[in-house]
Amino acid sequence: MPRQIAFYGKGGIGKSTTSQNTLAALVEMGQKILIVGCDPKADSTRLILNTKLQDTVLHLAAQAGSVEDLELEDVMKVGYKGIKCTEAGGPEPGVGCAGRGVITAINFLEENGAYEDVDYVSYDVLGDVVCGGFAMPIRENKAQEIYIVMSGEMMALYAANNISKGILKYAGSGGVRLGGLICNERQTDRELDLAETLAKKLNTQMIHFVPRDNIVQHAELRRQTVIQYKPESKQAEEYRILAKKIHANGGKGTIPTPISMEELEDMLLEFGIMKTEEQQLAELEAKEKTLCAAS
Amino acid sequence: MPQSADKVKDHISLFQEPEYKELFQFKKENYECRATEDEVANQLEYTKTWEYREKNFARQHAVINPPRACQPLGAVFAAAGFEGCMPYVHGSQGCAAYFRSHLSRHFKDASVCVSDSMTEDGAVFGGLNNLVEGLQNCNQLYKPKMIAISTTCMAEVIGDDLSAFIATAKEKEAIPADLPTPFAHTPSFVGSHLTGYDNMIKGVLNYFWDREAQRERKANDKINIIPGFDGYAPANNRELKRYLDLMGVDYTLICDVSDTFDSPTDGTYKIYYGGTTLDDGRNAINAKATLSLQEWSTEKTLEYIAGKGQEVAALNSPFGLSGTDAFFMTIAKLTGKPIPEAIEVERGRLVDAIADSIHWLHGKRVAVFGDPDYTYGMTAFLLELGMEPVHVLCSNGSGEWEEKARALLASSPYGAGGQVWRGKDLWHMRSLLFTEPVDLLIGSSYGKYLEKDTGTPLIRLAFPIFDRHHHHRFPTFGYQGALRILVEILDRVFEVADASSDISYDLTR
Repeated sequence: MPRQIAFYGKGGIGKSTTSQNTLAALVEMGQKILIVGCDPKADSTRLILNTKLQDTVLHLAAQAGSVEDLELEDVMKVGYKGIKCTEAGGPEPGVGCAGRGVITAINFLEENGAYEDVDYVSYDVLGDVVCGGFAMPIRENKAQEIYIVMSGEMMALYAANNISKGILKYAGSGGVRLGGLICNERQTDRELDLAETLAKKLNTQMIHFVPRDNIVQHAELRRQTVIQYKPESKQAEEYRILAKKIHANGGKGTIPTPISMEELEDMLLEFGIMKTEEQQLAELEAKEKTLCAAS
Repeated sequence: MPQSADKVKDHISLFQEPEYKELFQFKKENYECRATEDEVANQLEYTKTWEYREKNFARQHAVINPPRACQPLGAVFAAAGFEGCMPYVHGSQGCAAYFRSHLSRHFKDASVCVSDSMTEDGAVFGGLNNLVEGLQNCNQLYKPKMIAISTTCMAEVIGDDLSAFIATAKEKEAIPADLPTPFAHTPSFVGSHLTGYDNMIKGVLNYFWDREAQRERKANDKINIIPGFDGYAPANNRELKRYLDLMGVDYTLICDVSDTFDSPTDGTYKIYYGGTTLDDGRNAINAKATLSLQEWSTEKTLEYIAGKGQEVAALNSPFGLSGTDAFFMTIAKLTGKPIPEAIEVERGRLVDAIADSIHWLHGKRVAVFGDPDYTYGMTAFLLELGMEPVHVLCSNGSGEWEEKARALLASSPYGAGGQVWRGKDLWHMRSLLFTEPVDLLIGSSYGKYLEKDTGTPLIRLAFPIFDRHHHHRFPTFGYQGALRILVEILDRVFEVADASSDISYDLTR
């Protein structure tokens, strides 16, 4: 059985970018990898494939008439250094059920032997644990460790805590564990400190702090990972360190201890990310006064 | 008054009374917005043409009268074949009611099954609470030795995770941790009842061999037999056991519903009756081999069993002479036991009977519909009888089935004009029967509308049979079963001959 990991995190936090860069570093270490993109946006493999979006399992199934009519080679593309890429895909916005789509796609891949002959299966999962379908990758015999991509912003922290709740639900019965938090630097105040504090509260570790670097955007515009675009860069080295840490972290995941809303808000207040009502009111008043004075 | 307490009219005669006839006429004229009788008649004629057939076969977005059922029906059937096992449907109540009534209408026996009655709340919040409470109630009320859990569409669409939920129910002590709880995800919108059957058999074995405890295989000389999803299971399984006992084979039937769906009336109602014992299920891992009588109903199960180091073999619903021969030869090969003379004598009787009647069957054109293994096995028997299977239709067969069925037809001169129809329904069959007519139609009760519509005599030989009683109490399996199939076909042939005879209305046929 391959080792299975999953990247979860708030939408737009850089999950896909982080996961693809990390996996590109892992493949340099001689690992055979399969990516299972579980985001209806289907952008979990484009940096590996150096293409625009990949045709998704569900898109192809809709064209063929049913999933049963698909062959594995239709949906699996091979990208950077032999990384196998698949995207679950999903329905058009506003219709259907994306969660069921994830279940259908993963069942298809498993039954048709996509999981054979790889060392790693990596899931890249949309935003938050929103329904049973998006929890598919953390079911029994799926991902053993979850890595939550987050940053020092309020919503990212909320999401990290929520995802921990989802993991906890399945941790007792299955074998899923929280592997750690990956902090994608947004240059908010005391970001590293905050990430470490949250990690401690969630009974996990901040596995790596990925500094912000524009080279990531430059690589992304070329539909490449930094590892491929500038292998000697400092940022590529950061992803290599993260990959090594994840590789060494196998079996060391923990059962998370998500915190209550109040506890989370207290923490945000303490770090000055959230303001108390009094503070907010005072600021609003001051702002209105300056506006009045200006007019 | 059409009805009176002194002389109660039944459904059939009651609606022939003038009051009702007038009522129907009035409704037809005033409320049904019908086309004229001529137009209806013309349209009806049109639906019998080749032109309509082509349109019908180009149909993509509707299925009309499909000869298949959904996954959980197969899972409930599979669960019913184990000792003290309560089939449990995680999902909507109506689904469970459908499975029960479907099985009861066919077997004319009670069919037990519970559901955890998911409603809108369950759909929004997930069915965990339903499962926890449902399992608790089921265990306390019905004291099962095992609860086998399958799912309906609703639970599948929202992605309920049975493994995690069941573990939670045990953690919360809703049910004892050591109560066997095999499960199978059985989304109704994928595959057919056979997929569900396969999933649940695999689920049960997987529970016994991997989940309950990691069981080490210590090979012995027994063999396992999986009879498959079979409407004739009560009689067929008994016949199967009789044969195996005659041969002196040490065996385990994996999933045996012969008593469950054919229990005697002796004054006490038993919720559970018969079935494969749980210990036999556990020890089945040690068998030297497993034989499935329905390859296409047990694909995943066989793959799983083979992974445990067992030899596996599969047949395709062995009917008739060569089918039964293949069954005995496979058993002899797997066990090393000789085929006793008593069985050879039975075979001889069948050959004799076929020889007595074959001139009545030779060249008769037949259409067959049903499950993949069933249609395959039946087609093979028809070819042996010199009959011509013209249409072999299966809604839930795979590409592999199609290939194999074609090869089967090609193997005999009687199959030369035969056509294989995969993924088609009974409305397609209607077009086939009008454009390329046959002498006989073989299938389930659902074929009765085709019989009425097209005038093709129907022989009921497949699940479900709702409108004739007790067919499942007599085997179709083995040489005796073949004899019975032969007699059913012959009876129908003679009835037709008599009905259409004038000067040839003979005493002897």
